[in-house]
Amino acid sequence: MEKRHMAAGMVRTDKRDKDRPDGGGTDSSRMDRDRPAADSKDGKKRERERAVLYWLLHVPSLGPVTIGRMRRCAGDIASLYNIEGIQWEELGILKERQRVCWDQAKKSTGKIMEEYHSLAGRGIRFITILDEDYPKRLKVLADAPIGLYVRGRLPKEESPALAIIGSRNATRYGLEVARCFGRELAKEGIQIVSGLAAGIDGAGHQGALEGKGRTFGILGCGIDICYPRENYGLYERMLADGGILSEYPLGEPPKASNFPIRNRIISGLSDGILVVEAREKSGSLITVGSGLEQGKEIFAIPGRLTDPGSAGCNRLIREGAALVSSPGDILEELGMRWEKKLTLHEKNEKGLAKKEKMVYSFIDLQPKHLEEIVRQSGIPLSECMMILLDLELKGFIVRTGGNHYEKKL
Amino acid sequence: MFQKVMSAGLWGIDGFLVSVEADVHDGLPGFAMTGNLSQETKEAQERVRVAMKNGDFALPPKKITVNLSPADVRKDGTAYDLAVAAAVLGALGLLKTDGLEGAMLIGELGLDGRVKPVRGVLSLVFAAREGKLARCFLPKENALEGSMVEDVEIIPVASLKELAAILRGDKGAGGPPLFSKGQERPYAVDFSELNGQPLLRRATEVAVAGRHNILYIGPAGAGKTMAAKRIPTIMPAMSWEESIQTSKIYSVCGLLPADTPMLTRRPFRSPHHTITATALAGGGAVPKPGEISLASGGVLFLDELPEFSGKAIEILRQPLEDRTVTISRLHGSCIFPADTMVAAAMNPCPCGFYPDRTRCTCTGRQIKRYIGKVSRPILDRIDITVEASPVPFEELRGQGDNESSAAIRERVIRVQQLQKERFTGTKLLFNSEMGTKEIGRYCRLNGPEEAYLEQVYKEKKLSVRGCNKILKVARTIADLDGKEDIRKIHLYEAVGYRSLEEKYW
Repeated sequence: MEKRHMAAGMVRTDKRDKDRPDGGGTDSSRMDRDRPAADSKDGKKRERERAVLYWLLHVPSLGPVTIGRMRRCAGDIASLYNIEGIQWEELGILKERQRVCWDQAKKSTGKIMEEYHSLAGRGIRFITILDEDYPKRLKVLADAPIGLYVRGRLPKEESPALAIIGSRNATRYGLEVARCFGRELAKEGIQIVSGLAAGIDGAGHQGALEGKGRTFGILGCGIDICYPRENYGLYERMLADGGILSEYPLGEPPKASNFPIRNRIISGLSDGILVVEAREKSGSLITVGSGLEQGKEIFAIPGRLTDPGSAGCNRLIREGAALVSSPGDILEELGMRWEKKLTLHEKNEKGLAKKEKMVYSFIDLQPKHLEEIVRQSGIPLSECMMILLDLELKGFIVRTGGNHYEKKL
Repeated sequence: MFQKVMSAGLWGIDGFLVSVEADVHDGLPGFAMTGNLSQETKEAQERVRVAMKNGDFALPPKKITVNLSPADVRKDGTAYDLAVAAAVLGALGLLKTDGLEGAMLIGELGLDGRVKPVRGVLSLVFAAREGKLARCFLPKENALEGSMVEDVEIIPVASLKELAAILRGDKGAGGPPLFSKGQERPYAVDFSELNGQPLLRRATEVAVAGRHNILYIGPAGAGKTMAAKRIPTIMPAMSWEESIQTSKIYSVCGLLPADTPMLTRRPFRSPHHTITATALAGGGAVPKPGEISLASGGVLFLDELPEFSGKAIEILRQPLEDRTVTISRLHGSCIFPADTMVAAAMNPCPCGFYPDRTRCTCTGRQIKRYIGKVSRPILDRIDITVEASPVPFEELRGQGDNESSAAIRERVIRVQQLQKERFTGTKLLFNSEMGTKEIGRYCRLNGPEEAYLEQVYKEKKLSVRGCNKILKVARTIADLDGKEDIRKIHLYEAVGYRSLEEKYW
């Protein structure tokens, strides 16, 4: 109580009014256009708080926890900005390093605010923890992000959401499984959340898009950066059929240290987490860790014992994660009704010619070279190539690489 | 006194006649050479002077002027030495010159008067024949090479003294070594040594039959290089003209083996991937043929394709299209043949094991970057891409009954004959050279096949170019099968050889 008093007493006014987050020429009306009209006094205060929160995101080395402490100390968010760094340091809330950041951020307030007002024009929404539409799933987290940059939509609160995560360096089999689960679950109305990374993440998103469902990508960099670049096509499509979210300021590079931190949002936004392929030491396990803290369901796809790419999944299962063998398992676990029996069994072979069936029976979920198929089936090369293409066009198999073939799920 | 003798110079892979004129007159003693000469050609005066002294020819203190005509064409090399010596000796009256009438002299002189071999003799002697010269005095070592040209008498000369003796009639020309049109010499390798690998064999056969460029992808030791090395063995034997053409190129580069000057085996060139663009396509102030010309009539094998510099690969575009390399210089341009089939090889990823994920440790990005290094323009010119698989042990050790090169070659010859008939009256020789117009004419599909192609085109999101490649390869496969119409089986096999231009991973 005393502390708060002190802080309030020490409030100084900044002379450069127009540079302040709450200062003069805000076009809060534009920002708040789609918000229910509050009475103007309340709306102004809210707008001022949003601007301060936006500014706070640009102070490096400030996390949600420190900001929470500052807020309790200053009384409300809007007045937090007026307190000088040196005072925070005296209060013991900021360390010296953080104080330097604070002072530096104060100097660039003008630029930050300019950026803040340009967001709407760039199709980016900024929502804060104070806003109505802030995801409820995140609000309850101890380290909930104070603000989120959003492109596209936000996840629906009432629909279940599942995170599909796993190795960036996955096998074709893993990618195929992630895609298949993403697709089948999206068809059932489950929202697919992931990190828009290469490998399993991307495959999960891809599947969800194929299933015409909603899918959300949580970035570990600024929302205006697509990383890795090869996922740009995916990024674009997700803007239309889902959303991209990030807690990092615009232009923030994809630093390695950002990813473990953003993983809490992936787990936070989901009701369950499906791990498809993870090595013994995998970033996916960090997501699982935070998911467990948040009380989420953990699902894992089992792998072969000899496969180091699935060692992490197998360990999760041993430690109590639910072993998943079909998308139906997850639906059941999430308490959803499902009529159609969803299995990953082979496709219906009806309608295939005799030789096609024969060739198909020699194809695995691991890439197999054409010559091996020829050797095992005894069908001449040219004919075998013809049958394989037929099977490929019918959607039974995929050709990977040059002349390798594998089963499609 | 004035004396004129004939010699020849090289431009590109062709020779041109040069007349060497010498004049001796009173004045300040000296030796002057004119005629747009390079440094080494000009140095002939020193060699000639000392060689004459050591050949017991007394050089009087007079002013000697030598001119090489046409005087406005740049001349380089040392092949004029013998002609310069003969002209000077003739002008001095120290040599009986009757025998020099209608003769060409070629050779470099040593200080001891010895006549040394030079490069490009084949082209030079051809120039003599075209210039209606009846005789050629050649270095002994080059005599066999020169004698490949019919209708020109070859007189081998070992030294300046010997030349004088021959001209005096003291010594009969040392009977020209006979060159006989020999049989094709067998290749050192054969397809029967390649165990298993049916896909690799088949794709190679199709590629050679229609002269399609081919790209092998596969892990180390999958037989990529082995298959490529055997491509010449299944190409039809070289014709006399082709042999001469190829020998000429090698002669100009000084690469012709002295004992067997006639190249009867199709060349297989495998330049290292650090090669420069110039070395690959040819060039230099005085243009010399590059690897692509040295591979003319045979195979240019680019191992480790992604490692080649983009610039080097880029430069292959035009030659592969035109089948010649044109190099323009201030003094004119020269044209080298580049009628070669390109075979390339690469690993599927930096470590070489993709898509075997239990062994491959590359990330998707690494693989993409590796594949991305292969230049688009070269991929556009490769019709057939085939992935080699690692050889299983049984096949490695097995003494399989493998088809020999001779058997495959028979089929290739038949198909190439078919193409020759198909394209009579056009400039084309092979299916791979067909343009859109010819594809429309010779690769017509029947109703059901058209529907299949349409399905593939849509499903696989082919480019127009990709589609044309498939049709051309399908034409060759149908030819191999002896069918007039392209059937589904041919079409689908061709689709199996489609290239990297689509997404590989």
